[in-house]
This record gives sequence, C-alpha cells and structure tokens, in this order.
Amino acid sequence: MTDSKYFTTTKKGEIFELKAELNSDKKEKKKEAVKKVIASMTVGKDVSALFPDVVNCMQTDNLELKKLVYLYLMNYAKSQPDMAIMAVNTFVKDCEDPNPLIRALAVRTMGCIRVDKITEYLCEPLRKCLKDEDPYVRKTAAVCVAKLHDINAQLVEDQGFLDTLKDLISDSNPMVVANAVAALSEIAESHPSSNLLDLNPQSINKLLTALNECTEWGQIFILDCLANYTPKDDREAQSICERVTPRLSHANSAVVLSAVKVLMKFMEMLSKDLDYYGTLLKKLAPPLVTLLSAEPELQYVALRNINLIVQKRPEILKHEMKVFFVKYNDPIYVKLEKLDIMIRLASQANIAQVLAELKEYATEVDVDFVRKAVRAIGRCAIKVEQSAERCVSTLLDLIQTKVNYVVQEAIVVIKDIFRKYPNKYESVIATLCENLDSLDEPEARAAMIWIVGEYAERIDNADELLESFLEGFHDESTQVQLQLLTAIVKLFLKKPTETQELVQQVLSLATQDSDNPDLRDRGYIYWRLLSTDPVAAKEVVLAEKPLISEETDLIEPTLLDELICYIGTLASVYHKPPSAFVEGGRGVVHKSLPPRTASSESAESPETAPTGAPPGEQPDVIPAQGDLLGDLLNLDLGPPVSGPPLATSSVQMGAVDLLGGGLDSLMGDEPEGIGGTNFVAPPTAAVPANLGAPIGSGLSDLFDLTSGVGTLSGSYVAPKAVWLPAMKAKGLEISGTFTRQVGSISMDLQLTNKALQVMTDFAIQFNRNSFGLAPAAPLQVHAPLSPNQTVEISLPLSTVGSVMKMEPLNNLQVAVKNNIDVFYFSTLYPLHILFVEDGKMDRQMFLATWKDIPNENEAQFQIRDCPLNAEAASSKLQSSNIFTVAKRNVEGQDMLYQSLKLTNGIWVLAELRIQPGNPSCTDLELSLKCRAPEVSQHVYQAYETILKN
Amino acid sequence: MIGGLFIYNHKGEVLISRVYRDDIGRNAVDAFRVNVIHARQQVRSPVTNIARTSFFHVKRSNIWLAAVTKQNVNAAMVFEFLYKMCDVMAAYFGKISEENIKSNFVLIYELLDEILDFGYPQNSETGALKTFITQQGIKSQHQTKEEQSQITSQVTGQIGWRREGIKYRRNELFLDVLESVNLLMSPQGQVLSAHVSGRVVMKSYLSGMPECKFGMNDKIVIEKQGKGTADETSKSGKQSIAIDDCTFHQCVRLSKFDSERSISFIPPDGEFELMRYRTTKDIILPFRVIPLVREVGRTKLEVKVVIKSNFKPSLLAQKIEVRIPTPLNTSGVQVICMKGKAKYKASENAIVWKIKRMAGMKESQISAEIELLPTNDKKKWARPPISMNFEVPFAPSGLKVRYLKVFEPKLNYSDHDVIKWVRYIGRSGIYETRC
Repeated sequence: MTDSKYFTTTKKGEIFELKAELNSDKKEKKKEAVKKVIASMTVGKDVSALFPDVVNCMQTDNLELKKLVYLYLMNYAKSQPDMAIMAVNTFVKDCEDPNPLIRALAVRTMGCIRVDKITEYLCEPLRKCLKDEDPYVRKTAAVCVAKLHDINAQLVEDQGFLDTLKDLISDSNPMVVANAVAALSEIAESHPSSNLLDLNPQSINKLLTALNECTEWGQIFILDCLANYTPKDDREAQSICERVTPRLSHANSAVVLSAVKVLMKFMEMLSKDLDYYGTLLKKLAPPLVTLLSAEPELQYVALRNINLIVQKRPEILKHEMKVFFVKYNDPIYVKLEKLDIMIRLASQANIAQVLAELKEYATEVDVDFVRKAVRAIGRCAIKVEQSAERCVSTLLDLIQTKVNYVVQEAIVVIKDIFRKYPNKYESVIATLCENLDSLDEPEARAAMIWIVGEYAERIDNADELLESFLEGFHDESTQVQLQLLTAIVKLFLKKPTETQELVQQVLSLATQDSDNPDLRDRGYIYWRLLSTDPVAAKEVVLAEKPLISEETDLIEPTLLDELICYIGTLASVYHKPPSAFVEGGRGVVHKSLPPRTASSESAESPETAPTGAPPGEQPDVIPAQGDLLGDLLNLDLGPPVSGPPLATSSVQMGAVDLLGGGLDSLMGDEPEGIGGTNFVAPPTAAVPANLGAPIGSGLSDLFDLTSGVGTLSGSYVAPKAVWLPAMKAKGLEISGTFTRQVGSISMDLQLTNKALQVMTDFAIQFNRNSFGLAPAAPLQVHAPLSPNQTVEISLPLSTVGSVMKMEPLNNLQVAVKNNIDVFYFSTLYPLHILFVEDGKMDRQMFLATWKDIPNENEAQFQIRDCPLNAEAASSKLQSSNIFTVAKRNVEGQDMLYQSLKLTNGIWVLAELRIQPGNPSCTDLELSLKCRAPEVSQHVYQAYETILKN
Repeated sequence: MIGGLFIYNHKGEVLISRVYRDDIGRNAVDAFRVNVIHARQQVRSPVTNIARTSFFHVKRSNIWLAAVTKQNVNAAMVFEFLYKMCDVMAAYFGKISEENIKSNFVLIYELLDEILDFGYPQNSETGALKTFITQQGIKSQHQTKEEQSQITSQVTGQIGWRREGIKYRRNELFLDVLESVNLLMSPQGQVLSAHVSGRVVMKSYLSGMPECKFGMNDKIVIEKQGKGTADETSKSGKQSIAIDDCTFHQCVRLSKFDSERSISFIPPDGEFELMRYRTTKDIILPFRVIPLVREVGRTKLEVKVVIKSNFKPSLLAQKIEVRIPTPLNTSGVQVICMKGKAKYKASENAIVWKIKRMAGMKESQISAEIELLPTNDKKKWARPPISMNFEVPFAPSGLKVRYLKVFEPKLNYSDHDVIKWVRYIGRSGIYETRC
C-alpha cells in the first residue's frame, strides 16, 4: 500500500473531481479523496473550496479518516469561519466518547482551530477534559489551555482555567505535571508580572519528584521552569542542585543542557568555600565534554553554550583543551566554534599544543576557518606573553606562504601584537613591507599603514610607501583614509624635513576634497595642531598608547549573566538576548542571575560579585519628585557606555551614590546648578570596584577602604559616607555615620549646600525600621545654609520608634526636607550601635543559654586576615559593648566566649576562635548563637568592622 | 515552542508541512527553501534566522527536516526532537527517502499530531506509539476498553517506552559493547592523547515488564564493594576501569545511578542504546605503529613501518588498514610487505596497506622506497600522521560486563531462563601516529 500516488495528480478539473469523490457513498473512495486533498494541501495548492465536502466526512468511526479531516480543518477553518461551526457538534460529541484517545484527539484539535465561535464551545468540553479520569486526556487538555490562551487570554482567565492548570501541577501523573508546567510557563511569559507559576519550596518539591518520572521532554519543561526559580538561600539552592545533578547523565543533550542551566544559575548563590561548590564544578565538566560526541547540530548548540560557560566560569573546563581540537570531518560551523573556545582556554600551560594545532588549521581549505585560525595565533600571542615570540615566528612562516588572505589576516594581527608589546618585534617589519602590494582588504591595508606610520623612523622608505597609498586616496575606504592621514602626520612629526610636501598633500586631500565629516574633522584638527604648536602636536599624536587588553570578543558581563539564564535556548545560540530576535511581548523579560547569599559576600572580592543583582538586594528607594531630575543628571554624568552598566535609575542607588560622591570631589569648586553642564566623564577605573557588590556589605566594605578615622573611646565609628549625593537632592549633599557613646546613639550628619541658593527649614524623619530607631530631637540647623557651606550636626537617636522589619534588617529609610523639596534616601546602619552597655552575661547563665538555644540557630562565619591576639580582640570588642564572658585555651587556640545585647533585648552569644601562635593563619572563626538568627549576619558584619579597624 | 515542521526533498519541494502555531505563515516554507536549500554556499550553521523567524534543520540523505519558530525555544530540545522524529519514522517505514515519505504521508501527519502538540514534544517512544498508531489505521476501532486505557496509561506513564503484555516463547537478550579507540602518538612512541568512546547496545526479547540490573567493572562500584573484603579488591582492583563520564537511555533510573551507581531499568522491547561512556585511563592500545622515515638525498625517501599487535595471541584483529602518507611530488613507489597487500594510491597521496587478519602479539612490517620529483618548492613536506583502521574482538577500555540480571516477578521465568549473549567489538576511531 502506498500513498505516494496522491502527490501526482495534477490534471485539470481536479477540484471538481475531488468534490464528487468526497460525496461518494463508498467509504474507501471517500478516504482516498480526503488523502488527495491533504496531499494537495501539503504541496501548497488551495483546496479550501472543498471545505463543506470535507467537513461532511467528519462524522465517521474511522479514526484515520477522522484525523485527516481534522488536519484539514486546522488548516482552513480560519478562512471559512462560518462553515467551521458545522464541525462543532462532532467535536463536542467526541469529547464525550468512551475512548480516551478520541476524547483527547477532539480537545487537541479543537484548540488548534482559531475561530472565535468555536472557542466559545470549547470551554465546557475543556473543563471536563482537564478533570478527565484518564491522564492521556488531562495531559492533552493542559496544553489546550495554552492554545486557548494564545487565542483569547481573557476567556481563559474568566473561565478559571488557570487555576485548574495550577492544580494539575500536583497531578499524580508525571506527564500531566510536565505539560501543565510547560503550558503555565508559556502563559506566564506573556504576563511577566502575574506570578502565575508561584514557585515555592512545596511546588518545587513536586516538580523535582515529577522530574524523576516523566519523559525526556517533560524533564526539559520542568528543568527550564526550575531555572526561573530563585531559592531563598544557599541551602535550598544546594538541595535543588543535588536533585538535579543526576540529570547530567541523561542521553538527551537537551536534558543535560537544561540541567546545566539550573546548576550554573543556582551555583551563583553558593559560597565558593563550600565543599559542595567544588564538587559541583567537577561534576559539570564531563557531561559538557560528552555533548561534543553528539550529532553535529547538537554539538553546535553545545559549543555555543560552552563558549558562554567558559567565559562565566573558566575553571570548569580549563583542563579540557584537547577535546576542542578540530577534527578533519567536523562541519565548518563546529570547527569555527571549537576554535573560538580553544583561544579562550589557551593559557601558559597548554599554549604549545594550541599553537601546533593552530598552525595545522592555517593550512586547511575553508577560507573563513583559515582566517580565524591565523587571527587566533595573534590572540594567543597577546594573551600568553611567553608564547608571543613563537606566535610571531609562526605568523611569519604563514606570510611566507604568500596565500593572499593568510597574509592579510596575519598583518592585521601583527599590528595588535605590536600594540601589546611595543618595540619588541620590529625586526619583522621588513618582511611585512615586502607584501605591501598584495593587500587588497581595507582592514589589512589600514593595519599595514598603521605599522608604517608607527615605526616610520625605522623604515627608510616610509615616505615612499605611504605616498604609494596616497595615489588612490579617494578610492580607499574610510578606515584606510583615516589611518593614512594619521600615519603621514606621525611620519611628518618624526621626519619633518623630508615629508613636508606629503603632509600638505594629505591634509588638503582630507579637508578639501573629502565629503566625509570624520575625515575632514580629523584633518582640520591635525592641521591646526601642526600650525599652532608643533611641540604640542608631537605630544598628542605620538603619545604613548594605552596597552590593549588580553581578552578580546568577551561578551559584556550583564549580557553574559543574562545569557547564562538562557542556556540551551536560541538566545544562547545567537548570543543575543531574546528581545533581539523575538517579536512582541513574549520572552522579553530580562533574566538575571540570583545574588549570592550574604554569608559569603564579605569574603568575595567585589568584581566576582554578581552584577545583575535584583532590586531586592538593594536598599529600597522611596520614589520622590526629585528623582526624575536626579536621573537625568545621572545620565549626563555617567561614564561613557563602555563603562560598567549603570543601568536604570534608582534601583542601583547604592552604586549611584558612590559615583556621585566621586564626582562631587572631582567637580571641586565648580558652581553646581541644576541645569546640567557638560562634564568630562570621570575616570571610570576607580568607580567600578564597588559597583557590583550588593549594598548589604558594600557599605562596610567602603568603610574598610577608608578606615583609620574612628575614635577609640566608645564604639567604633565609621568615617562618614555620602548618603545623598547632591544631584539627587537639588544640590543638597548629605553624608553621615552612626556613633554610640556612653549609652546614647547619634547620627552624625554633614550637610553641604552645593546649589546656588540658600537652604533653610531643615527637618528629618525616619521610616519605621527593624529596631525602632527614631530622631530623639528635631534637626537643628541654626543658620540658613548658604551656597558652598557645610554644617556638621549630631542628631541624637532613640530606639523607641515604631518597629517594622526591614530588608535588609539594618536598612534605614530617611526623609530630609528643606525649603526646596523633600528628599529620600536609605542607608544601612552598623548593628554595633545597638549593642547596649549592660550586655555582659553571667558565666553560668551564658552556659545555660548556649545549651538552650537550638543548634540550627548557630551560624558560622570566618573573619579573614585579622592578625589580632585574644587580648587585643577582646579589648577592641569591649569598647563596642561586646563583652568577653570567659576565655579558654584549647590546643593552642584561644577561645573567647562573648555576649552582647541589642537595644530591643535580644541576646547574642558568640564563640571566637583565635590561633595566635600561627602567623600563617590569621583567620578568626566566629560562631554565633541567637534566638533570632536573622541578626547573626549583621552581628558578624559588626564584628568584622570593629576588629578590622 | 516549535511553530511548524517541514520536510523537503533535495530540490526543496515540500513533502510534509505541519504548522502548530499561528505566528508561522505559509511563506516560512518558501523562506527556508530560498535561503537555505537553494543557497549557493555551503551550510554555515544548522540554525538560520530569516526575518525574525528561526529555522533548525537536519539532513538525512537528501531529505531536509526543518523546524520553525518565532520564539526563544530550547534549541537543544528542537534538535533532539528532529533526531527523534527521524528515528520514529525509520522505525515505522525504514529509510528516510522521498519515496518512503510520500508513501507514508498520512502516517507521518498522524505521528506529527501525536508527538508534537502545540509545538511541545510528547511521548515519542516507538514502542508506545506503535500500540495505537499503525500503518493500517484500523487497530484502534477494535480495542476493548481495557486495551484503550492500557494504551493511554502507557503513553503517559512512567515507562512510556514499553508496552505491557509482551510475550516471547524464548526470553533472550544481546549485549554489544562497541568501542572506538582514538590515539595520537608521537614518532617516539609517546601517547599524546588517547580516549575510548563506547556504547552498550542492548537487544532485548523479554516477556512482560522485566526489571534489569546491569553491572560492569566500574572502578567506583568495585571499590565500594571491595571495602568489606580486602582480598577481593586486590584481585579485581586491577581489572576495574575508571569511567570519565557516561550517559544513559531514558529508561535508566538516573537518581539511583547518582546515589548508588547501580544501573537499573526496564528495557524497551528490541534494540536500543543503553549507555554511552568515555574513558581516558589505562587504555589497551591494540596496535603500536613504529615509523622510520629516511630522506636519501633530495629525490628519495625510504619508509619503514612496523606494526605490533598488543593483545592476547588467541584473539584475532580484522580489517586492518595502515595508511602511510606520501609527499605531493611523489613520482614512483616500490613497496615490499611481508603480510597483506600494499598499494600506492596516487589520488590519495598515500600507501595503503591492508591486512585481513592478524593475531595478538605479532608484528609485521612494510618498507617502501619513494621517488620524488625534483621541486623548487621551498616549503617542507608537512609529514601528515600515519593512520590506522582495525577491528578487534575485545573492549580496548577494559570494560567487562559483570552481569545483567533480569527479574520479572509476575511471569514465571527467572534470571536463569534468560539466554544472554555478550559481544565486544573495538574499532579504531582516529588512530594516528606521527612520523
């Protein structure tokens, strides 16, 4: 039996004939006719005219015929909505059929018919099918909800299908769960704010259970959904990771990649000190390598993802260089990707091998691949200094082959090598010059011209060489023209006597005969420089160049973090966020990696901290009228786009604060008004150091950086930090710190007027906060604050204000008013200002309490690099009201048992372990026990601040 | 999710077109044909973006399968699905060819309706599909209610790859351990890189729902067991192997492997790939190639290559082929070999030496004189490596099947009644020695 004959009917009057056959009495003939119709439909013929006749065949007990008719319906119903209604009865009837396969078929097909009238009739059958006794029907109905939502979202919500769908996540059948998850995920994507999936530890647990039981596809749906969840702490993250890791051994590469995505994302929350973190890193490498033995298309997807993973966490695959060596039979797209990863993994340890491979590749056939290989050799030279010499000689060998595109590519990379290692490899210039004539690509020509200009003094005939390029000046591309202009000016500055004519010529070509504004402007600048002050010109044009960076083509960190959240998907293949290639609202929600839990933060250096921390981590900012203006100013003042992402407005207030502070000092005496003047961008290098660090510890980090001012009597006092930068508050700058002296807390403020008008009528108010901090007296600014004046005020604080738990715990939101406006900011206070003077616990009491507090409330911390002995630490802490109750010496280690009490009566007990006799080990170990464990983190931070200052 | 699925012949004519999503129009079919199938240049990527529509394609002989989407789908999943689709079609009607696709287009539409719903892949295990989608298309009408619910529970159930009620008069299973051994060796005989990639393929003809447990000489397992009896560790310790990584068919309970490292499963009926693995340590290299190249003046090369077989004398290697590259300016070659046949193939720039069979612990040699044309090409001959092909009846990784136990509590056959066959085949992957 063969159906291929249906593809060959091309005679005239076919439609008419088919019509007759469709209406035939004989079943077999009918079926034959429908098959012909479907075949015509497939090859693109319009058979919509047969609609009524085909629909007439629908009422049949022949399942195969029924499926064919359904297929036809799905294709043409939209063009014949009125006729489609004829089919409704059959659908509704089929939804009641005793055979579950038929019930499912009906509901599945009905959802595919995008006709309003039909969808109305779909609701009742769908509702029944969602609760059908047969899992096959339920799993089909679950997907049908997504279909219906795509047609009419409102209807789905009104009918309550979303709730039913949510219930299916608890279904006993794993496939139903998987399909429900898939449907919900898709619906949630078009409602980013709806919190539809509502993932919580309980539902996550259900998903993880279903994960072990459902089909490979279902596992993918579930893993992709899990990846959207943010665990509440590192413990939860670890327990999910533990249950996901077995998936790394699945034969289906998509399951593996989705599991990798979940792990890569949650790993962000794990502390690097954790044993498990290391275990996880080790577990990730083998499955990634195994993906490379899959079919080439999947290898390609895997390699694009590995490229991201290698940039995010180079340590995972650093020993696996060999597996990325190109095989002769690899398709070109696999070869190119492997090459890219090889360069990223190149290091001093493996460079010899890599170079040997690259040299092989440079003699292959495919032009793109060869070019990339040549370029890669140059990149190795720049990345691994020890190999530079070998790379250069390899490149010279390649230039000797005289293969045109190899030579050009080699010259382009040699230029970069010159930039990286100035005055080292100039001996090769002669060889390069020999190949001048064969260069026909702009990039190579420009590179060569740059080399000639840069080393003009060593090339005897530099003027002749450059002159030869000048002849066809107007036919060159802009890139070459600009380079030529600069090169000739350089030449002139180096050999003024012989080249005056040449420089005149190029300047007039660039300024008078060119339409290109870039070229013209550059020409004029040089002209004026040369004519007004040749010495200055020399300083400008022949200035020392900044070194080029080692890594090239790195993906920008925020984008990289976003793409890590999209491992396995198209976004990771394109290396673009979904918004770049997906139309409409779908999938444009920006994803970001979860922030690392606070416990590990202080040990981290700032640049490894996640950059895309969600707003929850940052102090909340109360929206203010002044905000918009402040934002505008920030935008103007921000560093150029190449800098770290300052991103959007108020969310990253912590970061902006720092910037603001830096800026103000830079601006110095410049009268600063509201109208934005154009400033030169501040040096970006100093700023990003603290940008990424979540503010939880960022503030104390900042204190560390600028420490040394604190007074010794009373509690440790941090130096003042800028809380409210001037441009956020119409010229009012507030910096401050907290102090505790003899039982009273105060907030030391420094108000500076950076506006042009006088400020009066100051007042201050706090939002409710975790420990009930409130001003004990009004803000006393006695005289009006005139421009550029600064006033210091100490505001006494009480702890009797109203209490509301804040996130983070020590967050304080402040409003300051003056005659101009009201301004809002938030700050974090160090917890030790709340340590009361009578915090010394009796020894017996201490022992009893320590035992009494359950062990799960105990938190362990490490204070790194703190070379103090027990006495020094004890006295330092005592001045901040942390009292040593007892001291013990165990195996050469000093153990201090300490207690402290907070203003609200919470006791915190501590055990501090010091190893005095061991200079190599300067870390202190701190364990804290408290009935309210959430304060431990902050107490630890207080410890660290006090001990380190 | 997947918005549509098209199958084309080599000319770009549509054989199958199934659209699942409203955002995919009819013009998508043509866009792929024009931009990819009819494109002049070689395919540069298996994923193509045309006008914000992404096309994933795979090719089987001269048939193109393309999946289309406008969303940010899971790309790995789409490719896995396309491969699976090919497997399913092959299981139903054999080779994927234009003729076969045209002859079975109704069946293909029926399959596509079942395994992809709104672009979401559903159960695509042939074992399950065959219970209710048949080429005759009539089976479903004569099912009893029990049969129907049995089908649905199997399709949606935990063991979607096997149907209930399979019966064999003779319970039998075949295990093939298929390995390919890869080597890159320096002229001095130093191993630069070596690895084995292996597969365990199982053919099962077992009744009922048998619970299987597979055991091999995995180092981790052996060491764990050996803890109790130190004596045994020393005995079996040498024979265990370290597996770098392995992946399993979806029937294997991964969480059990993760926690206990035991491989337990209910197998699909018929042939399937149980696991894949990779090893890099203690590989048995079946052959050693010792090259000796001497340049006699500018116009002559003397080449001597010795191959030594390095396995038990009782075993026989087959299909041995040694490929010795010759310079491009070779004008003539004289070869003398003690065993097999050797020929200079000018078109391939190589001497190809073939030996049908060779026992273990033997050696054989070939010597050749290569005459060269004088050339003014300054570039030295790059001396590509000597490569080898062969097949040996053992696993070069050292992997041994220790047991495959079968339990079927409901039926009255026991592990002892099952006839089991194990076969080891080691083949050369890329097996090269530099000279």
